Amino acid sequence: MNSLPNILPIFKRELRSYFNSPVAYVVIVVFLAILGWFFGSNLFLNNVASLYIIFDSPLVKILFLVIAPAITMRLLAEETKSGTIELLTTKPVKDIEIILGKFFAAWVVLAAALVPTFLYVIIMAVLGAIDLGQVISGYVGLMLMGGVFVALGLLASSLTENQIVAFIMGFIFAFIIFMLDKVLPYLPNFMASTLEFLGVDFHYSSIARGVIDSRNIIYFLSMLAFSLMMATVSLERRKW
Amino acid sequence: MSITVRTLTKLYGEQKAIDSISFDVKSGEILGFLGPNGAGKTTTMKIITCYMPQTSGTVEVDGLSTIDDSLAVRSKIGYLPENNPLYHEMNVLEYLEYAAALHGMKRNQVTHRIKEMVHVCGLESVRHKDIGELSKGFRQRVGLAQAMIHDPDVLILDEPTSGLDPNQIVEIRNLIKQLGRAKTVVLSTHILSEVQATCDRVLIINEGKIVADGTPQQLQQDFQGAESLTLELRTGLPDPLQQISPKLRNIAGVGGVELLGQSNGTSRFELHVEKGADVRESAFRLAVAEGWVIIEMHRKATTLEEVFHKLTTS
Repeated sequence: MNSLPNILPIFKRELRSYFNSPVAYVVIVVFLAILGWFFGSNLFLNNVASLYIIFDSPLVKILFLVIAPAITMRLLAEETKSGTIELLTTKPVKDIEIILGKFFAAWVVLAAALVPTFLYVIIMAVLGAIDLGQVISGYVGLMLMGGVFVALGLLASSLTENQIVAFIMGFIFAFIIFMLDKVLPYLPNFMASTLEFLGVDFHYSSIARGVIDSRNIIYFLSMLAFSLMMATVSLERRKW
Repeated sequence: MSITVRTLTKLYGEQKAIDSISFDVKSGEILGFLGPNGAGKTTTMKIITCYMPQTSGTVEVDGLSTIDDSLAVRSKIGYLPENNPLYHEMNVLEYLEYAAALHGMKRNQVTHRIKEMVHVCGLESVRHKDIGELSKGFRQRVGLAQAMIHDPDVLILDEPTSGLDPNQIVEIRNLIKQLGRAKTVVLSTHILSEVQATCDRVLIINEGKIVADGTPQQLQQDFQGAESLTLELRTGLPDPLQQISPKLRNIAGVGGVELLGQSNGTSRFELHVEKGADVRESAFRLAVAEGWVIIEMHRKATTLEEVFHKLTTS
C-alpha cells in the first residue's frame, strides 16, 4: 500500500464519521436485534442449539443485502451533494485511494456488526461442541459476501448525489448478483452453469459449509476488484 | 511559481464555457478574475486545480501540465472552491489534520503548521467546535486555512468573500492580502471594489472570452470615455432651457448639455465633456460673468463598475 499512502487518512476520517453519527449504531443495533430475536427464539422456543441462523439462514443474507447499502449510501453521494468531492479530488490524492479508503471504512462497520455475534458462538460452545473450522470459515464467508455488497453499494453511491437513490440502487445491484443462482430452473441449460458461477450465494454457501476453496476466494476477490474498479471509473466520470 | 494558460477551451456539450483563452500569472502576483455569473471563471479555476480536464489547450503550473502531472500540480495548489464546501460533522482541528494528511505532511510538521494556521486565520476560539456550528465568516476562514495548510505556492480562491457581511469581507480580504504576499494568487469575484482593494492585476472575462487585462488603474484609464460634470445653479431665470443651456453649450470642450431638473430658481444640468477636457474653470468664469450662483459642481470619472458594465454587456 506504499504507493497508495492516502488510503489511510481517508479510511480514518470515514470510520470516525460513522461512529460520530448514528449511522453505524443504528445499522448495528437493527442487525443484532433481528438476528438475536431469531437466534434466541430458535434456542428457547424450539430448543435447537444451532449457528444456522448466523451462517446459513436466508435471514442473515437478507439482512446483509439491506444493511450493506445502508452503510455505503452516504459515502460518495453526500460528498457529491455537498461539494466536498471537489476538495477531495483537488488534493494530491488518486481516485482509487478515495474509493479504497471509503470501502475499507464501510467494511469495518459491517465487521463491527458481526463482532457481537461471537457471543452466540460462545453460548453454543458452552452448550455443546462446535466445529471451530466451520465457524471461522462462516465468518470469512460472511465478510467476503458482505464486502462484495459494500463494494456494490459504494458503486451505487458514486452514481448519484441522492442517498436514498444510492441505497435503492445498492440494494438492487446486490440483490441481482444474489439472485443469479436462484433463477436457474427458469433458464436454458447453457446459461445455467455460467449464472450459477456468477451468483454470490453459490460461493458463499460452499464457504459457509466449511470448505474454503480457492475458486470461491478468487470469485470473491474478482467481484470486489471489479466493483471497486467500476466505482473508480464512475468517480472519474467528472473528467469526461 | 507561475501559471501559464494557452488557448484553453472547455465545452459542456455544445455550449462553450470558455473559448480559447490565454493568460499568464506571474510569480507573486494577485490576479483578480472578474466577470458576470456564468462567464467561465469557475470553470477556468476547476481546470487549473485539476478537478476536471479542458476540452483543448494547455494549463501549466510552474511548468507542470495539469493533465500529465496532475498529482504534482495539485500538491502545489491550495484551493478554496465556490461556496466553500466543508465537512460539517468534523471539528476545526480534525478537519485541518485531515487536509494536512491528504497532502502527505509528516506528523511533527502537522501539529506546528495547524497551530500556525489556526493563529493566522483567527480560529483559536472555535478550534474544538464542529464546522457545522460555525458562522459563515469562520467557515470561510476554515476554508482558507484548509487551502493553505501545506503552504502552497499557488492559491486559487473562488469567490472567497461571497455571502459574508461587510466587516467579514474586509477581514477576509486583509487575510488574503497578508497571506498572498509571498504567493501567486488567483481569486475570482464579481465585486469590483474587491479587485481594487486586493489585486495587482485584473482579467475581465465575459461569455468565455477575456475582454480586458491590466491593473485596475490601467483599465480605468483605457476605458475612460466622455466624462460628465454635474452643475447646479441658482439663477432666478424662469426658462433655463432657453436662457442657460445655450450658454453652457458654448463653453469649449462641452459636447452636450442636459437639464436634469429645476425648482425655486435653481436648475440642475449635466454637461457632457469631451475626452481629456476640463471645463470646470470655464464654467465657473461663465457663472461669475452672468452673475449665477454655483450651488454644486462635481465631476464624474469612469469607475471600474462602468468599465465592467461596458465590457460585459453587448
